[in-house]
Amino acid sequence: MGKELKATEEQVAYAKLLDIGMKLGLLSLVVTFAIYVFGILTPHVPVNDLPKYWTMPVKTYLHETGIPYGWGWLSMIGKGDILNFTGIAFLAGVTILCYIRIIPILLKKKDTIYAVLAVIEVLVLTLAASGILKSGGH
Amino acid sequence: MIFIAAICVLHLLVGPVFASPDAAPVAAAAPTGSAMPWWGWPLILFVVTFLMGIVAVLGGVGGGVLFVPIIGGFFPFHIDFVRGAGLLVALAGALAAGPGLLKKGMADLRLAIPVAVIASACAIVGAMIGLALPANVVNIALGGTILGIVAIMLMAKKSEYPDVQQADSLSTALRINGIYHEPSSGQDINWKIHRTPQGLATFIIIGVMAGMFGLGAGWANVPVLNLMMGAPLKVSVATSKFLLSITDTSAAWIYVNNGAVLPMMVVPSIIGIMLGSIVGVRILAKTKPAAIRYIVITMLLFAGLRALLKGLAIWK
Repeated sequence: MGKELKATEEQVAYAKLLDIGMKLGLLSLVVTFAIYVFGILTPHVPVNDLPKYWTMPVKTYLHETGIPYGWGWLSMIGKGDILNFTGIAFLAGVTILCYIRIIPILLKKKDTIYAVLAVIEVLVLTLAASGILKSGGH
Repeated sequence: MIFIAAICVLHLLVGPVFASPDAAPVAAAAPTGSAMPWWGWPLILFVVTFLMGIVAVLGGVGGGVLFVPIIGGFFPFHIDFVRGAGLLVALAGALAAGPGLLKKGMADLRLAIPVAVIASACAIVGAMIGLALPANVVNIALGGTILGIVAIMLMAKKSEYPDVQQADSLSTALRINGIYHEPSSGQDINWKIHRTPQGLATFIIIGVMAGMFGLGAGWANVPVLNLMMGAPLKVSVATSKFLLSITDTSAAWIYVNNGAVLPMMVVPSIIGIMLGSIVGVRILAKTKPAAIRYIVITMLLFAGLRALLKGLAIWK
């Protein structure tokens, strides 16, 4: 084989950031779960009560436990169970960072269509992450 | 990281850890319907997802498609939390696989980006619809979808190198094409795609279903990328896996922001399925039992029927 195949610059940049973010996300998920399971921080919902909540529809569960919608959990981050959302949010946020990372590369390459698509994707994911979109519930 | 995870699970195994005497007082007692201690179901969940991770790798399916119908059908968790956990399980697997697939050039960013815009936007809509629907309606629709997936798995053909005579004008404008190196033959494979508008339109439906059921969507992504759009099979499989990291991100945020994520379900599931996948890959390197695919199909058939009958209140 004469030539060596290479992924594009933006693909490699995306992959590198994704690799770091994914590892940090999984690590924080495991560490915060250890804090929760070992009782280092008191949970908002006592673990003994969990079985009666996980059978409920989410709307009832939120009402009964007083856990807020959207990013309201940040105000309760000192609770062992709520702390786990930092790792979950980090994992769910990595892709947004990866897209932001490749936009300047695409612009530098004058790949305008893909730069616009990347910006749209960032907006879509940010809208999802914003907490503005509430489900009607049932 | 694996060590910490193993310690946590061991901790669940040896029993209750802390009574949390000063935990916030929450709602009055409600029947749990189970005499099992609180840590019993998360521990069983870990064991089952570990086995699921092995079976998923050997059966060539994503963990998400097994997770939702099996955990939703046979565990006491409400389907809202099962779908939230299912999305995060599929997301974690896709995020873990993504960097390697991108660096090797197997997953193609140019192919994924336009598809992802449509699928991720539609996954938001699907997630919002799914969380707004009553559980029985979700179960009926989920059961029907799983049975449809079984049919796709039994009937859909695969094409290693689809014959694409001419790239369509949209994929040409977007410059969606590539070369990848096939180690088994030592060849560099040039590929291009066709029927791009139809393929992109199909991802509207795939996105909605991924968000609504929390299934992941590899079962649908691969046939569309491979058979409809003409991408080589390996590029389709790798791009599909990477694509899940974007589609499931948007849907996962809707579930997180609407409270449908329980850490006590999510973390043991992610750890279990990832450890199972590692073991599965090692087994796969030595042997691939031909029957495993049919075992997976049978499991899905059973779980799909269970969801359908649960939704119809025939098998509660």
